[in-house]
Amino acid sequence: MTRFIKNAFGDVSFFGAVAFFVILTAFPFYWMVITSLKENSDLYSVENIPFWFNEAPTLEHYRYLFEQTMFVRWLINSLVIGVCVVAITLLTAVPAGYSLARLGGRKGEALGIGIFLTYLVPPTLLFLPLSRIVAELGLQNSMWSLVLVYPTFTIPFCTWLLMGFFKALPREIEEAAIVDGCSLFGAFIKMAIPLSLPAILTVVIFTFTLTLQEFVYALTFVSSTAQKPITLGVTTDLVRGDIFFWGEIMAGALLASIPVAIAYNLFLDRFISGITGGAVK
Amino acid sequence: MAVIAEPVATKSVSRLRFILDRRDVLGAIFVSPAILYVLLLVGLPFLLAVYYSLSAYTIYDPTWRFVGLANFRQILNNPVFLETLGNTFLFTFGSQLLGLVLGKFGALLLLSPFPGRKIVRALIILPWAVPIALATVAWQWMFDSLYSVINWTMIALGLIERSDAPNWLGNPHLAMLCVIVVNAWRFFPFAIVIFLAGITAVPQDVIDAATVDGAGFWRRNYQIILPMILPIVAVGLIFGIVFTFTDLSIVFLLTNGGPVNATSVLGFQGFQVGILSGDISHGAAISLFMLPVLLVVVVVMLRFIRRREI
Repeated sequence: MTRFIKNAFGDVSFFGAVAFFVILTAFPFYWMVITSLKENSDLYSVENIPFWFNEAPTLEHYRYLFEQTMFVRWLINSLVIGVCVVAITLLTAVPAGYSLARLGGRKGEALGIGIFLTYLVPPTLLFLPLSRIVAELGLQNSMWSLVLVYPTFTIPFCTWLLMGFFKALPREIEEAAIVDGCSLFGAFIKMAIPLSLPAILTVVIFTFTLTLQEFVYALTFVSSTAQKPITLGVTTDLVRGDIFFWGEIMAGALLASIPVAIAYNLFLDRFISGITGGAVK
Repeated sequence: MAVIAEPVATKSVSRLRFILDRRDVLGAIFVSPAILYVLLLVGLPFLLAVYYSLSAYTIYDPTWRFVGLANFRQILNNPVFLETLGNTFLFTFGSQLLGLVLGKFGALLLLSPFPGRKIVRALIILPWAVPIALATVAWQWMFDSLYSVINWTMIALGLIERSDAPNWLGNPHLAMLCVIVVNAWRFFPFAIVIFLAGITAVPQDVIDAATVDGAGFWRRNYQIILPMILPIVAVGLIFGIVFTFTDLSIVFLLTNGGPVNATSVLGFQGFQVGILSGDISHGAAISLFMLPVLLVVVVVMLRFIRRREI
């Protein structure tokens, strides 16, 4: 009997602790959902219960977001930036990762760590000189400045990830292709790339989410509404003077968060094994 | 005709193949675009930042006049900067400590299987996955001076009176607490994932052997498992420290450095001085104060990358 009570008590405190963590992490997102669906009169009242609808839910904030703001434009901007940065990153990081894993030997490892360390050089250290470089190139206040600058952190990160993946690929496969008459380059194109497609897909997803998460460079380089990526637009452009359009801000934040959240959950394990330097198998 | 043309074609192909077949040449060709990109857009700007900090360069007076360490001296005599420096350390270590504690507990919970574990893990990872700027505005709305859901709950529970409900972002101490909490909230899922990755990589027979030898729960945790996962945890912590120490977005969106510089951090002040006021040389000098911490972190990181075992 006491044992039963002890077990039951243990279960209650265990699930209580789990509930605490889930509420802690998920509540702000629940808050986005409920805010975005409420009437303004419902939102801005200190008497109403904030956790649920006191008036009928409405899609008014979403309608406003799509029709009266540049939300769709920001979405397209982010998409274009993401696709371009993914292309640049793949073209540079795939060969670099392969080269560092296969062709460079011990020097390759050292060079790989060197490239990875540049990932740790923070935007807040580089944004001043980069803003001058961007201005010199005539890209100030344009989303193309972000296409130019974002690869500075996606290339180091993805080169490191891919280096780990290529190292795990058995060398014998390419050697067999070379024996069969392939050049080294041919073995890379015909054997290594097709076999590492899952890794390349991971890199594509993470490059894309990294561009969506970036805030500092966007804030520094882009100030006109029509050129903003979605994260910057939602957080800085839905405020008129001192008035925050909370319904619209939360609706926009929610719509921009969902794809990133899903992508992360699908690719989390690969990401972790990459970030810990392939330390976890 | 065909016979004459053929050898020429094979010759050019074989020359190309000759180049592409040399490991060192192909390796250099493969790695050079990445290195070039990083050198041009990380290395060069870094050197520029150092030079800016030693010059009298502003967007109104782009003369590049060399002034030595004058900028650094002026900054160090500015009480606002000293406050900022202190804030940055408080912000970084406060949120990392809180994040690590939450992360360790969360990892312990997620370690044992229970129904719905996958969903719980997916929900717990959210703060780290979602762009922090977007989550920060949700927090800003939760900390609202009038419609704060946190205050509403406390009033409803009878913990406080409406008249003395806290103004979270308007009080200097509470504002600091808020930015620390939001940053810890953002990082602890990452800490959970890192702890989990580490713990699951510890071979079960090691733990079993320790149990047989009479090691209890705490001894197993702190004398067997913790030392083994330390390299992975260290790498995770280093990421956390670097990205917190140099962060700008949470402070910018939540408090805008206020009230009265109470939450101003290095990255934020560098942005304010260098970009908003256009005083590039002082802004660059402020940002460069991050460098000593980053260098220490990099050295520690290199040691751990070399030493990783599991």
